[in-house]
Amino acid sequence: MQSIVVENIVKTYCVKKTVVEALKEISFTVEKGEIFGIIGPDGAGKTSLFRILTTLLLADSGNASIDGFDVIKDYKQIRNRVGYMPGKFSLYQDLSVQENLEFFATIFNTSIEENYDLVKDIYQQIEPFKTRKAGQLSGGMKQKLALCCALIHKPSVLFLDEPTTGVDAVSRKEFWEMLHRLKLQGITILVSTPYMDEASLCDRVALIQKGEILSINTPKGITKDFKKPLWSVKANEMFRLMNAIKENTEVESCYPFGQYHHVVFISQENVKEKLEEIARKGNFTDFEVQLIEPNIEDCFMALMKE
Amino acid sequence: MQNEKVITAKELTKRFGSFTAVDKISFDVKKGEIFGFLGANGAGKTTAMRMLCGLSLPTSGAATVAGFDVYEQNELIKKNIGYMSQKFSLYEDLTIRENIKLYAGIYGLTDERIKEKTTMLLKDLHMEGEEKTLVRALPLGWKQKLAFSIAIVHDPAIVFLDEPTGGVDPITRREFWTLIYEASAKGITVFVTTHYMDEAEYCNRVSIMVDGRIDALDSPANLMKNHSAKSMDDVFLQLARKAVRKE
Repeated sequence: MQSIVVENIVKTYCVKKTVVEALKEISFTVEKGEIFGIIGPDGAGKTSLFRILTTLLLADSGNASIDGFDVIKDYKQIRNRVGYMPGKFSLYQDLSVQENLEFFATIFNTSIEENYDLVKDIYQQIEPFKTRKAGQLSGGMKQKLALCCALIHKPSVLFLDEPTTGVDAVSRKEFWEMLHRLKLQGITILVSTPYMDEASLCDRVALIQKGEILSINTPKGITKDFKKPLWSVKANEMFRLMNAIKENTEVESCYPFGQYHHVVFISQENVKEKLEEIARKGNFTDFEVQLIEPNIEDCFMALMKE
Repeated sequence: MQNEKVITAKELTKRFGSFTAVDKISFDVKKGEIFGFLGANGAGKTTAMRMLCGLSLPTSGAATVAGFDVYEQNELIKKNIGYMSQKFSLYEDLTIRENIKLYAGIYGLTDERIKEKTTMLLKDLHMEGEEKTLVRALPLGWKQKLAFSIAIVHDPAIVFLDEPTGGVDPITRREFWTLIYEASAKGITVFVTTHYMDEAEYCNRVSIMVDGRIDALDSPANLMKNHSAKSMDDVFLQLARKAVRKE
């Protein structure tokens, strides 16, 4: 069964005289119980999409439905069955942790006790601070409270808009573990992120840039679609090495990736020898070169340039 | 790289009541070095950085930044450093030219020098002809590159970058790092925090804070070797998981 159906959604904003196309005919579907990632940088249109699907914003054209309910006609039913965690912290700063959670439970005609099972894992981590005002929590704790508040009415679909932005690597990992436990309860999760490495934690992803979907697939499917062989190189002086590689007219792209540079050539004959030649001419030492499998970020950058 | 030290910190400590946010950290940063300052949320990075920028007085310990003492000469520190963060960088309702003029003016550059700098900066960023564009209208990546160039408009000894690339697309993120390399090659020391672990690997040296202390400080290659890790992500997870204190 399909939880989310999006068909040709268009959204434009008028900023003074210029028209900004936030979403250009976006279409995709999300199956029930799936973790679906919307991966893209700021300004890609992620938040507009989330606001349209949670019935907070009207699209210019196109259709969308959640659990079979239309986002315009049936907005009341949708609001009852989705949980939404906006990118910007939107709980009541001057209410305590417990008061915020009670407030959201009450709005949905339920109680913390009734759905405690669902939030227990997460709520227990912030329970020691339940009398503290939400505004005085640290970033990681705010994020956990916001997730509890989005879950307390047992939604069938959860919308998480950049839940891990600005969060450190350890907390990010923990957050994704929480999402996988929620998936086991049958909740459909639409989650957006600017961190490309988080794509591999989703069942399927849509790569999005400037209002357009570049590709929709499983994380493996996306990396399999990378068209040309990808080489990884390393030497003693990495910045100089990058400039030397970029000077070669046969090179299509060269991007730094941590300790390595990832290089793609336009044509594929004797690429290894050509790279070794660049290293020899530039008097680089400790030169290493190998053929590697691309990751999501390699694919995203290649698609951006198409 | 010269061996001149641009930052020295010795047992630098900051307490808020009974809570020790920064606990006796000691380290040096050399001229022109790209120094990565990592740590989990709540490890004490922001507090440490505020002390080094002359914005917060330490409780104990000693530190100098650009040759000035953090207790006695914090106003001189502010004049000799650059600062940029993801959260606040430029004024959205001013044009590119106005932003440059404002910051350069605050740092005391002469009108003539401001003019020169404006031309140079726009040329380097390939933004000629855009000087009258409002900053609000720029894509995030452009904004961040412009903010960085403005942060070093007064040729400071050191620039502090607090998560400068959050949310930026992967190509622009790499272009931003090219600007960092160029600044470093000109002798400007770069002190940078980031949540992207691949960026940690671009630094000359990296320190990792856990519970207010610096638990590791070395080149990325040595850190990976000493922790038998394949990437900085592994090193970071190993160390940050040892944290006892809650955020």
